[in-house]
Amino acid sequence: MSTETQDITHHRGGPDWLWYAGVPVAALVWWQVYGQLIPFSEWVTSLVPVARDSHTGEAIAFFVYDVPKVLLLLTGIVFVTGVLRSWFSPEKTRAILAGKRQIWGYPLAALLGVLTPFCSCSSVPLFIGFVSAGIPLGVTFSFLIAGPMVGPVGLGLLYGLVGWKIATIYLVFGFSIATAAGFVMGRMGLERYLQDWVRELNAGPAGDLPEERLTMIDRLKIGLEQVREIVGKVWIWVLVGIAIGAAIHGYVPEAMMTRVMGGEAWWSVPTAVVIGVPMYTNAAGVIPIVEALLGRGAALGTTLAFMMSVIALSLPEMIILKQVLTLRLIAIFLAVVASGILATGYLFNLLL
Amino acid sequence: MKTVKVYGPGCKRCETTAEMVQDTAAKLGIAVEVVKVTDPRSIALAGVMSTPGISVDGRLVHAGGLPDAAKLQAWLTA
Repeated sequence: MSTETQDITHHRGGPDWLWYAGVPVAALVWWQVYGQLIPFSEWVTSLVPVARDSHTGEAIAFFVYDVPKVLLLLTGIVFVTGVLRSWFSPEKTRAILAGKRQIWGYPLAALLGVLTPFCSCSSVPLFIGFVSAGIPLGVTFSFLIAGPMVGPVGLGLLYGLVGWKIATIYLVFGFSIATAAGFVMGRMGLERYLQDWVRELNAGPAGDLPEERLTMIDRLKIGLEQVREIVGKVWIWVLVGIAIGAAIHGYVPEAMMTRVMGGEAWWSVPTAVVIGVPMYTNAAGVIPIVEALLGRGAALGTTLAFMMSVIALSLPEMIILKQVLTLRLIAIFLAVVASGILATGYLFNLLL
Repeated sequence: MKTVKVYGPGCKRCETTAEMVQDTAAKLGIAVEVVKVTDPRSIALAGVMSTPGISVDGRLVHAGGLPDAAKLQAWLTA
């Protein structure tokens, strides 16, 4: 039976050599296409009957350049991440984190939050699984914050669209916020603010799944599956984000941008955070907006705060977590993470 | 008659998984009862951390992501 099923899986996905040859070829094609984006977008823009240096011309050029660029980057990042994450699972992460009560449990949880594959629809079972296995609440929060906050998609796009310096700053501060927020919440002894049923639950590690043995081909398939699923889901957000970015790039005057999102006004950072919370999009949708904001002279701190707030603090996520956390705990969670984001925003507005 | 439980909060992938189980069982001519478990408490008690999870006659066989078609056949015939 087992040999039969093996055969079925192999034939459906093509022979092994096709994968080993196909992935490098695809990577090469990807690289070639990526290198031709500027001439391509300029050519497409020249076909449109508007002056290149007009507002509309600028906006069109931004859009036509960013759409293929972001989609290419997204595809590449999601594939590589999908393959890398196939070595991790929530079950393994839980086993690693259980019993880590020392201080370095927090950065470790944040790191695993980035590497462990999980979708927001499983955050409730994951949360319960962690807490019931004796993983401290603060460590669990570090894990849950880091996942979206320093996700590879956001970082990779930031690197590709805005540059390595800002991507590195974002990585360091996003990671620090996840670690520190978990640590602070761990110190506050918040277990009593879990929903009653969660506190009483003693879900043992019942899920003793046999560990799956994956071949390299299986991992490549997982990567491809991820591309199909994630790119298929977020492309619309990407287009909307780039359209907004293009509008900002083409039409918003720099003077206005510096006034609203500049570093001088004390209220610009908190406003950016507040606007970011109800905005429900993913990293792929927000980075083109960030690119346009920075390009038009928005202050780095304000923009970072906006981006972190959009990505890490989302209303739907809170509603999902409401099943396990009391409102009070959600409020504390929001306050602690928002403080970290505010501090980052002010720091960079001060420094630069 | 096998009882297959599909654990998940009702996301699209959980629905797809439940359909896959029905279809595969029908194709193999196996009588199954598919139960969708959507309550977070029951999901947690079953030890499922990544959804969708699948158990066959009380034994957890899968957690996280769509199941592989070939493996699904193996679980149902085991």
